[in-house]
Amino acid sequence: MDTGLALQARDVRMEYVDQATGERLLAVDRVDLDIVEGQFVSIVGPSGCGKSTFLKIVNGLFPASEGTIEIRPAAQGVAHAMVFQDSSLFPWYTIVDNIAYGLVCQGVPRKEARARAKPLIDLVSLTGFEKKFPYQLSGGMQQRANLARALTVDPEILLMDEPFAALDAQTRELMQAELLRIWSEASKTVLFITHQIDEAIYLSDRVLVMSARPGRILADITIDLPRPRRLEIKRSPEFIEYADRIWGLISTQLRPESPVAAAS
Amino acid sequence: MSVAVTSRPQAPGQRGPLGRILDNERLLLGLSGVIIILVLWEIGSRAGAIDRGFFGRPTGIVEAGIKEVQTKRFWGDLTASVSEFGIGYLLAIGLGVPIGLAAGRFRRLQYALDPWLNFFNSLPRIALLPVLVIMFGVFGPASKIAVVFLGAFFSIVIPTMQGVRTTDRRFLDVARSFRASERLRFRSVVIPSTVPFIITGLRLGIARALIGVVTAELYTQTEGIGVLIRRATELRQGDRALFGVLLFTISGVIGVEAIRRVEARFQKWRPTTSLERR
Repeated sequence: MDTGLALQARDVRMEYVDQATGERLLAVDRVDLDIVEGQFVSIVGPSGCGKSTFLKIVNGLFPASEGTIEIRPAAQGVAHAMVFQDSSLFPWYTIVDNIAYGLVCQGVPRKEARARAKPLIDLVSLTGFEKKFPYQLSGGMQQRANLARALTVDPEILLMDEPFAALDAQTRELMQAELLRIWSEASKTVLFITHQIDEAIYLSDRVLVMSARPGRILADITIDLPRPRRLEIKRSPEFIEYADRIWGLISTQLRPESPVAAAS
Repeated sequence: MSVAVTSRPQAPGQRGPLGRILDNERLLLGLSGVIIILVLWEIGSRAGAIDRGFFGRPTGIVEAGIKEVQTKRFWGDLTASVSEFGIGYLLAIGLGVPIGLAAGRFRRLQYALDPWLNFFNSLPRIALLPVLVIMFGVFGPASKIAVVFLGAFFSIVIPTMQGVRTTDRRFLDVARSFRASERLRFRSVVIPSTVPFIITGLRLGIARALIGVVTAELYTQTEGIGVLIRRATELRQGDRALFGVLLFTISGVIGVEAIRRVEARFQKWRPTTSLERR
């Protein structure tokens, strides 16, 4: 693996057997991907294109059928951690215990884990909500906790699976700006999955466009917008140009009314 | 971004006058309903319209109760009933919860147990009573404990098993993604999400266990509150019989309330709706 790379995926394929029909389906087809350390990379694509599946392969939740994924071993902390979609916080744990969970999984005693979670709670602005249960927090706050939970284990790469998809439009915008602030403070490599084109452009250094299933990388677009980015940048002509280009690529992949487009 | 959303309604004291009436309306109407029936019953009995020997009367039940608690035999009966219930029910929890958890976790164990669970669960277990009495003897508490145990055990083991089986995949994925050990996955995800199912089982189990106590005592006629009821009815002492019935009702209420407290203790993390609270 080349130096300076945080992740290198080669020829990743994922095939699975549909439990209901017994059909063999190809979810991900020959994906190559290099991510430079510290980069923010997004994958966008139509629903059901296999982008979440790819992320789960990187995370080790599914084995790839073929191909290799190398992640640079972490000097400290862990190689990767996942920020899940909405409501993945354990409802029976308080916020602090949820955030400390990754450390507890590594065998850190609960008390010490809570103490080590504290700076992350501050980083995601949840100070004062440690003893609350998830149901007592708004969706945006729950996703901050979700982010802190992944950051607590100090991952080399942060994997994010449509973390803002369930939020309302305004909260989503605010959370995107928050994520950029946290990303610049925590200086992590990020692999972000979304179906929102503007979210991908706003956040990323690179946007990868994935085809409809089986998912292949159609285009790798470098986003050359200055940082730090303010939310107003979404109305700039450069931004809109990127959005049009990506939308053009995705729209060739959409087959309206097809079962693929309907499945998530 | 600093407002925590809680679904607890305001305390009654902070509500307007209408709110206070609505809070108490339920209680007030409920109490009046009870009192009206008790008064009609008492009057009917005193006027001779209702036969006291069969139906008793409210004040008579109280009198019979006061008289009863002064006899030695009553305390023997009460101890017998309570210990049959307690031992049978605790055995059902002690075996039902671990077996349910294990059967939920290990698919093969579940497959092996399924026929027996289905068989016993669809069987009216009271039908086993005569057989159990032959197995465990007429005298002594063993046969009665067995009836109580069988009543409660299946009500506890089946929901527990289903609770484990229906653990949300999302949470298991989170645990696996953070490399939680098998043990920690079970402790941090499976058990907490199964607790509501276990509590449902405990609640169903209490009712079944009580039915077991009463039936077993009525059948074996050795000792216990069930025997007290039977003796009293044979002597046409309606008041005394109904005092025995009242004792069973009270134990049911105490049991359900105890479970409610356990539930509140373990389920702080669940949002309470005003509907549930009432």
